[in-house]
Amino acid sequence: MRATTDLDGLGLDEGGHLLVDRALAALRPGERLTVTGRHPALRLHLAAWCREHGHRLADTSEDASEDGGDLEIIKGTAGEQRWRDAHRAGKPDGPPDKRADPRWGLAARGALVEAGGPPIGAEWTERDHVWADVAPRLYAAAAASQWDPATAVDWTATINVPPEIERAVVQLMTYLVENEQAALIIPARLLSQLHPHFREVMQLLATQAADEARHVEVFTRRGLLSGGPLGTSSAGGRASLQTLLAEPDFTAASFLLSVLGEGTFLDLLRFIHEHAPDKVTADVARLAVRDEARHVAFGVAHTAHLVKTDTSYLGVLRQSVERRHAALLDTAGLNTEVFDSLVLLAAGSWEPAAISRGWRAVRDLQAGMDEGRRRRLAYIGFPDDEAAELSALHTRNFM
Amino acid sequence: MSGLTLGAVAYDPKVVTIWDGFRAWLRGPGGLDFDYVLYSNYERQVEDLVAGRVDVAWNSPLAWVRARRLAAARGVTLTPVTMRDTDRDLRSVVAVHADSPVQSLAGLRGRVVATGAVDSPQATLLPLALLRSAGLRPGADVQVRRFDIGVGLHGDHVGGERDAARALFAADPADAACMIDSNLLLFAREGMLPSGSVRVLAHTPPYDHCTMTAGPSADDALTKRFGELLLGMDYGDADLRPLLDLEGLKQWLPPRLEGYAQLERAVDEAGFYDAEGTIRAGDYRP
Repeated sequence: MRATTDLDGLGLDEGGHLLVDRALAALRPGERLTVTGRHPALRLHLAAWCREHGHRLADTSEDASEDGGDLEIIKGTAGEQRWRDAHRAGKPDGPPDKRADPRWGLAARGALVEAGGPPIGAEWTERDHVWADVAPRLYAAAAASQWDPATAVDWTATINVPPEIERAVVQLMTYLVENEQAALIIPARLLSQLHPHFREVMQLLATQAADEARHVEVFTRRGLLSGGPLGTSSAGGRASLQTLLAEPDFTAASFLLSVLGEGTFLDLLRFIHEHAPDKVTADVARLAVRDEARHVAFGVAHTAHLVKTDTSYLGVLRQSVERRHAALLDTAGLNTEVFDSLVLLAAGSWEPAAISRGWRAVRDLQAGMDEGRRRRLAYIGFPDDEAAELSALHTRNFM
Repeated sequence: MSGLTLGAVAYDPKVVTIWDGFRAWLRGPGGLDFDYVLYSNYERQVEDLVAGRVDVAWNSPLAWVRARRLAAARGVTLTPVTMRDTDRDLRSVVAVHADSPVQSLAGLRGRVVATGAVDSPQATLLPLALLRSAGLRPGADVQVRRFDIGVGLHGDHVGGERDAARALFAADPADAACMIDSNLLLFAREGMLPSGSVRVLAHTPPYDHCTMTAGPSADDALTKRFGELLLGMDYGDADLRPLLDLEGLKQWLPPRLEGYAQLERAVDEAGFYDAEGTIRAGDYRP
């Protein structure tokens, strides 16, 4: 049976080529397609279109003054040649491939990738070095839990806090902002070097960066709510945070930031929430801790995943903690104003008995932080004694 | 000279990408000692080809016509090597506004016809020959409004043709415009000549476009190998495909010369070159 397609009055200058292409797709190179239509320039258009696409219009030598009528295309080979060396970028569903081919570039997972084009310069192409099986679920949870800083907090609530307690709150907010800025930059940096084949990790890191952007916003806003200037930023605190930015390895960066840093921050934020002197402070801490819990979950799950496939990686992680500790030996670590603010926040007043309560509360907080770190380190695969040792080496700056 | 040097005209920055890419590929395993030089216009390229200063030239159809004449006058031999699949069976059209009262070429008498650059085969020389075949003398029976963009590039620059098409809808509109069939489709698809806005009054018979030409200095064996390598270029090769796409072909084909007869006549009628290949068009400044 002769293959035919009828364009009716449709020209190739207004989409007619779609019908021609569709009919040609069913043919093999060398086979013929009869095209009928009434567009006055159909023969001229079709001749030009066929040339451009590697097909041939039969009988081009005949006098073409009678445009329209039946025309016959001989299908060319270019389409088949173009897709000859194409391959799928893994499977669209299920876990990603063990190794992401740089030649897949930015193609969607599962897409048919035309050969050629620039390979992607991503550093992280090995699944186990970035993956956790929980990543898709965590991303779904993150996408479902995005909140609007403008409405999630009642910014009109009255702040009826004694001035000196308010100064402590402002100091803590100032400190939180610089920590969240570091926590934003790190996933963004990892993201830029991640092969997009690991889609769910890419998405999760993107939501993580977006989470931190919101945290920066709400902590800044709470810090400025009473109209005063922001608090201090200590050199030692900034030095401690900056060592996180310097970690080049995906897993080590995720481990230092999310497992140890953000893990410690869970306790800190819960502490601020518990002792908040006003609803806005309580709310911003509560909202942030929910997001941070996801970041910690991914960091722990990913690190454990890699250690499960390669137990020697525990050594790399250990070294990353020791390296960071060594780099911070000469710094003060935690901003004393931050530490004192935590005491004052928990005390709620300058009464000696209250200060004593606040002091104990902060001591308990630090003990709780240490316990949490040891628990996570043990989950990842460190023996208990080593977990305790590494937890003790963690920065005094919390993050 | 041991290798083969090709001349190509730099009508667009992409020409560097194309010939750098082809150069690297042609010099690869099993290839040949190949290099290229770029010209700002076809006239110098053709003169250098015939004089043996380059071995092969990637010639426009008009450049082929002149090279053939120059070579014949000097008693040297040219060898056609290849052409692109897209160089075969092109047509040029004379288009009018859809509402134009003009129904035939003869109806253009006393009217304004917009063309491409003075040296454009497809948008000037061939369509004006079509007018002559209908008994109209360009410049006498019809007024020619020429858009001289990229003079010396033999119409490779689309600008003149585009301006000619645009002239149909200008404040002081031309009555007809000349362009190649592929640009008729391109301008329509771009929306510059919306579907149904123009009518094709007439078109030329099919003619051929560019041709790879070897000159007297080219070594026969190298020329043969060069032709084999070009003909062997595979559109399925991911390294070559972007270059072939840029150069506008899917495959190289063996050359044929009968497709230039129409242009030879048009050149004679217009007095563009003489039989010895000397430039005779008084207003042509490449």
